[in-house]
Amino acid sequence: MSLLVLRGAVEQGLIYALVALGLHISYRTLDIADLTTDGTFTLGAAISAVYVVAGQPLLGVAMALLGGALAGFVTALLQTRLGVQPILAGIITMTALYSVNLAVMGKPNVNFLKESTVFTAAQEWLGEYGALFEAALVTGALCVLLALFLRTQLGLSLRATGDNRDMVAASSINPAFTTTVGLCLANALVALAGALLAQYQKFADNTMGTGMVVIGLASLIIGEVLFGHRARRSLVCGVAAAAVGAVVYRIIVATAIALHVDAKSMKLVSAVIVAAAIAAPALRDKLLFYQKRREASRNA
Amino acid sequence: MPEMLELHRISKTFGAGTIDEKKAVEELSLTLAPGDFVTIIGGNGAGKSTLFNAVAGAFFVDAGRILLDGRDVTFQPEHRRANSIGRLFQDPLKGTAPHMTIEENLALAYLRTARTRSPFGTVGKKDRAFFREQLAALGLGLEDRLKSPVGLLSGGQRQALTLLMATIVTPKLLLLDEHTAALDPATAEKVLALTKRVVAERHITCMMITHNIHSALSLGNRTIMMDAGRIVLELSGEQRAGMTVDGLLDAFRARVGRRLDNDRILLSEAENA
Repeated sequence: MSLLVLRGAVEQGLIYALVALGLHISYRTLDIADLTTDGTFTLGAAISAVYVVAGQPLLGVAMALLGGALAGFVTALLQTRLGVQPILAGIITMTALYSVNLAVMGKPNVNFLKESTVFTAAQEWLGEYGALFEAALVTGALCVLLALFLRTQLGLSLRATGDNRDMVAASSINPAFTTTVGLCLANALVALAGALLAQYQKFADNTMGTGMVVIGLASLIIGEVLFGHRARRSLVCGVAAAAVGAVVYRIIVATAIALHVDAKSMKLVSAVIVAAAIAAPALRDKLLFYQKRREASRNA
Repeated sequence: MPEMLELHRISKTFGAGTIDEKKAVEELSLTLAPGDFVTIIGGNGAGKSTLFNAVAGAFFVDAGRILLDGRDVTFQPEHRRANSIGRLFQDPLKGTAPHMTIEENLALAYLRTARTRSPFGTVGKKDRAFFREQLAALGLGLEDRLKSPVGLLSGGQRQALTLLMATIVTPKLLLLDEHTAALDPATAEKVLALTKRVVAERHITCMMITHNIHSALSLGNRTIMMDAGRIVLELSGEQRAGMTVDGLLDAFRARVGRRLDNDRILLSEAENA
């Protein structure tokens, strides 16, 4: 794999890392599998694309953040106030977003190869390393902010909401509120990832978010495997693991493509990684049980 | 002096209109003065926990009014009331977040109720020293384990920590729902002694459900017995000081016309005999 391909993979990984950070909030912290993610990623890209075409790339990123937060708010509203099951709430919003995204772009995809983007200034300043520098800066800063946030009163409340529902109300935490805050933040981050990726690759497509939640989870899990138990024990490691996992995931994808693995099967690979990683503890327990039983029968 | 808690004829019926209709609490009135420590005993399904849930706001009562420190909280949601009501459950796992550290659990309780209440507040050096001092007072060696996840603690340690979290900022009212029943006897003793000390030192108004008639009579300054959602017997002062376990059981039978039917009370009486 050439250095150029590797750099591309790292750049993309740093952008996709924002999806992993978002899922770190919704999936890891709040313990909600938020399927809004797929739709929100595309929403961020769509909003961003429309603003780039209008010559306002930075405003596009800001609006994408807002749009993502709004999508998260709708999902939160459905599940906290209107009694829709969490998974279904995400699916409903995601489905609605499919139409919303088409409406935002006005067509299934938008190209803007010649327009200037949020990466243009950095690329003029640092040449070919501009995008890498900028993506690293944004993701790094957001990692720091997220790690700091999770220590604050609101951050602790969010974590308690996901960790022990029983204690929450008796600790003067309103779970509807913390869930809403968490889903808004998570989806804002996911939309930001979509917005930046669209401007990075200079096009947006109505299907680019498909499977994003699984890819994000795969990144999260890869990071946690790399960081070991520290990822669960330390806040900083947990956040860093999510970001690093996303970069490693992109490097794996780039390697697979370099080895002529069909790019289309990458989603299958992601699905297998996620299923295997989440199933691992259960499989390990089963295995240990069989071992124990065999030993017991041998000693009997 | 104004009363700390006033319950005016509160009622709660579950499954109203169905064959499972259950009047859990019926026209119950109770008044607690500041610093009162009331122990509550009663048979299975007498409405003790329902009473606590009503006071804490886990549901809204069907009728009646609830005043906390002079303020009407009848329709205030649970999480709002929790600012001034501390609560411990029988299950030690219910009061703490297992994957968060001791310090983070304390910080959560402290930051939500104390000082600025800014959503972005964090604990500083001074707060940490305060946590350590408070933990040392528990006498369980937890002060050196601020960074340990709470999930690694024993049930007794978790319950002691929950007690500390519920009282780290003095609550207006403390509700203890058989909070030592799931612990082994020695640990239960320790947590109970701790409870007694904290409540006395801070002059906390407190209600405690217990199945141990000895503790019911020896702890606090008032005892109430419940049956079928009502208070059937209330003891305080000299009348309470002179009461024995047998006397109480007889009094219950005289009022209600049958024996007290709480399995746990009977078991614990059998143990004590």
